[in-house]
Amino acid sequence: MSFDATYQDQKFSAVGSRPVRPDGVDKVTGRARYGADFNMPGQLVARVLRSPHAHARIVRIDTSRAEDLQGVKAVITAADLPDLSEGDQSLYDTLDNCLARTKVFYDGHAVAAVAAIDAKTARTALKRIEVEYEVLPHVVDVDEAIKADAPVLHETIFTEGIEPKPETPSNVANRSEFGHGDVDAGFAEADSIVERSYLTEQTHQGYIEPHACVASFNADDTAELWVCTQGHFVYRQKCANLLGLDVSKLRVTSSEIGGGFGGKTHVWTEPVALALSRKAGRPVKLVMSREEVFRASGPTSATSIDVKIGARGDGTITAATATLRYSCGPYADIWAELGAMTSFACYDLENVKTVGYEVLVNRPKTAAYRAPSAPMAAFAVESSMDELAHKIGMDPVAFRIKNAASEGTRSSYGPVYGPIGIGPTLEAAQSHPHMHSPLETNQGRGMACGFWFNFGGQTCTDLNVNEDGTVTLAVGTVDVGGSRASLSLVAAEELGIPYENVKTVVADTATLGYNDMTDGSRGTFSSSMATISAARNAITVMCERAALTWDIPVEDVVWEDGHAKAVGVKHGNLAPLSIQEIAAVSGKNGGPIAGHSELVADGAGVSFATHICDVEVDPETGATKILRYTVIQDAGKAVHPDYVEGQYQGGAAQGIGWALNEEYVYGADGRLQNPGFLDYRIPVCSDLPMIDTQILEIPNPNHPYGVRGVGETSIVPPLAAIANAVSKAVGVRMSHIPMSPPRILAALGGETEG
Amino acid sequence: MVAVTLWGGLVPFADNQKTIDVEASDIRELFQKLSEQYPGLRRHFKSDVAVVIDGVVYRDNWSKELTEDNEVFLIRRIAGG
Amino acid sequence: MGSIAVSTTINGDNVEFLCQADETLLDVLRDRLGLTGAKEGCGTGDCGACSTIMDDRVVCSCLILGAEAEGRSIETIEGMANGHVLHPLQTKFLEHAALQCGVCTPGFLMAAKALLDTNPDPTEEEIRFWLAGNLCRCTGYDKIVRAVQDAAREMREGLS
Repeated sequence: MSFDATYQDQKFSAVGSRPVRPDGVDKVTGRARYGADFNMPGQLVARVLRSPHAHARIVRIDTSRAEDLQGVKAVITAADLPDLSEGDQSLYDTLDNCLARTKVFYDGHAVAAVAAIDAKTARTALKRIEVEYEVLPHVVDVDEAIKADAPVLHETIFTEGIEPKPETPSNVANRSEFGHGDVDAGFAEADSIVERSYLTEQTHQGYIEPHACVASFNADDTAELWVCTQGHFVYRQKCANLLGLDVSKLRVTSSEIGGGFGGKTHVWTEPVALALSRKAGRPVKLVMSREEVFRASGPTSATSIDVKIGARGDGTITAATATLRYSCGPYADIWAELGAMTSFACYDLENVKTVGYEVLVNRPKTAAYRAPSAPMAAFAVESSMDELAHKIGMDPVAFRIKNAASEGTRSSYGPVYGPIGIGPTLEAAQSHPHMHSPLETNQGRGMACGFWFNFGGQTCTDLNVNEDGTVTLAVGTVDVGGSRASLSLVAAEELGIPYENVKTVVADTATLGYNDMTDGSRGTFSSSMATISAARNAITVMCERAALTWDIPVEDVVWEDGHAKAVGVKHGNLAPLSIQEIAAVSGKNGGPIAGHSELVADGAGVSFATHICDVEVDPETGATKILRYTVIQDAGKAVHPDYVEGQYQGGAAQGIGWALNEEYVYGADGRLQNPGFLDYRIPVCSDLPMIDTQILEIPNPNHPYGVRGVGETSIVPPLAAIANAVSKAVGVRMSHIPMSPPRILAALGGETEG
Repeated sequence: MVAVTLWGGLVPFADNQKTIDVEASDIRELFQKLSEQYPGLRRHFKSDVAVVIDGVVYRDNWSKELTEDNEVFLIRRIAGG
Repeated sequence: MGSIAVSTTINGDNVEFLCQADETLLDVLRDRLGLTGAKEGCGTGDCGACSTIMDDRVVCSCLILGAEAEGRSIETIEGMANGHVLHPLQTKFLEHAALQCGVCTPGFLMAAKALLDTNPDPTEEEIRFWLAGNLCRCTGYDKIVRAVQDAAREMREGLS
């Protein structure tokens, strides 16, 4: 059934308020169950054997001594997961990443797994598996990997997207290009040009909950999977494909999820757990250790980016180019392409060209991390924007306003923009008190803007009106950060009933239709759309029941404030019927009352933000303190403002960690040196000040309430905002992220050496 | 008749054409017609592609109508995090 | 396999269990006693998601051996509320939306409780440094600190 998602201006009674979330009490009492909090009778414990080499051929695996160990119920290798990919490269890559088939491509790549009666037996079994490796030369650096003499990961990869097609294999999987106009002519017209190269190191989403699942393969070839995931329907599809199961035979229940940020949109160990359970004939619990999460799940790309921007004296940009090299791990994907698409997305440019190179390296498979690929590109571009503004003597915010994209601008990645919010966020920044407070020595202020796409996607909801007039709403979009509260507000708004009378739950794959995963900032956007649709369908049913009760035409019934009302003078003596009254007799006049919605929420639009940051750098230690941080972002309509603020603050905090401290450190042997929270240093409570947020509400024309996705954009500006601030504070342009103390000291030291 | 612009990665599969005129009333028909003309594009349409119509990204709604004055772009289906 | 018999007090109740010498208190709570509120985020004492209170001190239960619980008094998140009455910290965390995914929340509540039990009027700086051993990846800590401040204020006013 079609649903009109066009924005309608209206006054809200529930939406926009800040009630306590429905799943809150469980989470503050320890009752909520996450991936590792579930157990099945007779379950076995699984452990995974991982490569200690960055790059090696697997010559031989002998699992017999492990299989002989008492208490071991199954041992598997790639041989137990036959290749069912049928030419689907992405599926094959996932399969190979789950258990290496011929080569290991990174330190931590899985080669075998065991299921045993307890953890101790499983650990002992791992030690008994003999693997003979032929160690190969490795390469972990993105710029080293593109050199002609670099060790090649796949002999079958020949760079796509360049003419003529190369004859020798390389680590550059593909080249992508975006842009329009004539950049050479544009640079010729420029009065000032800045040109600089930037580096960003690899980071991890850093969710506090490691990947965990319980898999149970039954004797009748059905299976169950309890797992922490951002998308249980997606996991079901992937696992079914990899194990050769019908999708309907695999039931996936998503636990509460302890953070994902994109890292739990791909399968890692879940197919392994299912394969172990299939072989052992018992349920298998597989929980990754923190070290395994760092070594063998999906961090971001490391990048190397060259940016050149030219402008006239009046501040008009005449040309802009970016060349972006993004690492993808052992399997090609779209990361460089996304970087090339988003680089100049904030600006209205006559001449622009971006080129992206997807580079294979001996590191774990790159996965999405909150607005994937955009933060690094924004770092490079927004740093150069600042440098150019300074060069022509213009205020950095005014410079951006002058060149900002707006409705009708041809974006640098191709399409023309509809109504967008970058102008308003910049103007709000310009007049924000943060921009005008005084700074002292060793302190600096920086700002930056950022952009990200938002998605809609396939979404289902079931809204059931209980006999007492309360409502149960079942959704299929995993709740990563409090969306159940927002969806309850939306249902309450549509139906005109109190928020407390709505209970929202996340259903499993057997009890609801397909839902896309919670990524692309789509959780609240698309589920709220489906909730509105389902609620309106339920209202239609309730009006029909009222009409039946009153014996009047249904056209004479309207729904207002939680009641069916008869309109028209001739029905003046009919008192309105409440939802409770209608529900109470539902069994007698047609059966249970429900509204369903299965739709594709599309047209989500794009989301812009501007951040302002003050830092203080200690010239003796190189340590940077964040003094003040402000996030200004357009939310369209903030359904539950607390959780919108939470997304802004959380994204900013991750960006701060990325800018100042977080990086994957590799040794000369290609092994990850810091797979733990001690040396992979994310921000702690004492590192940060309060984070101020300003929610702009410029309605999204493609959502009934004007809602825009908000979850990802807030991680895009921080790298540049902080780099711009630090560069001011130390008087040197910082071009290598993270700006950890050694890098700042080197910049300061270099400066004094002249 | 709608003018469709392809992203760089698709151009080689469409005889190196970047902008193609297609007679189509919705996205589904657009993919169908393009696949008939350039069979090499078919596998991309299955899961790789999103359609931008007048600046708005459509990833799933293949019933979305197209009119003559729409600006239609095919871009890579983007992943989020 | 030599199991060790341990006799201890958890949330005010006498509890006895058997465990291996190398099992941590976290393993015992989660796998033997069914108290899954404490979470394993790292297993090396770096994230605080396993925080519990032992003899009035907040500790990382992944760094305590199960056997060390002998004769001690242990508090876990499951015992923080008084029946159905939430502790002010629990209430304030909810009111301030101081949790998003919630996996770090039990650890934060334990640590914050230990703080307010010893220092009922902490400054923002004292709160931040006390909680520096608890990692949160979702919130940026802003609403967590505000919740602790508000709970401290309410607890002080309740006493006077």
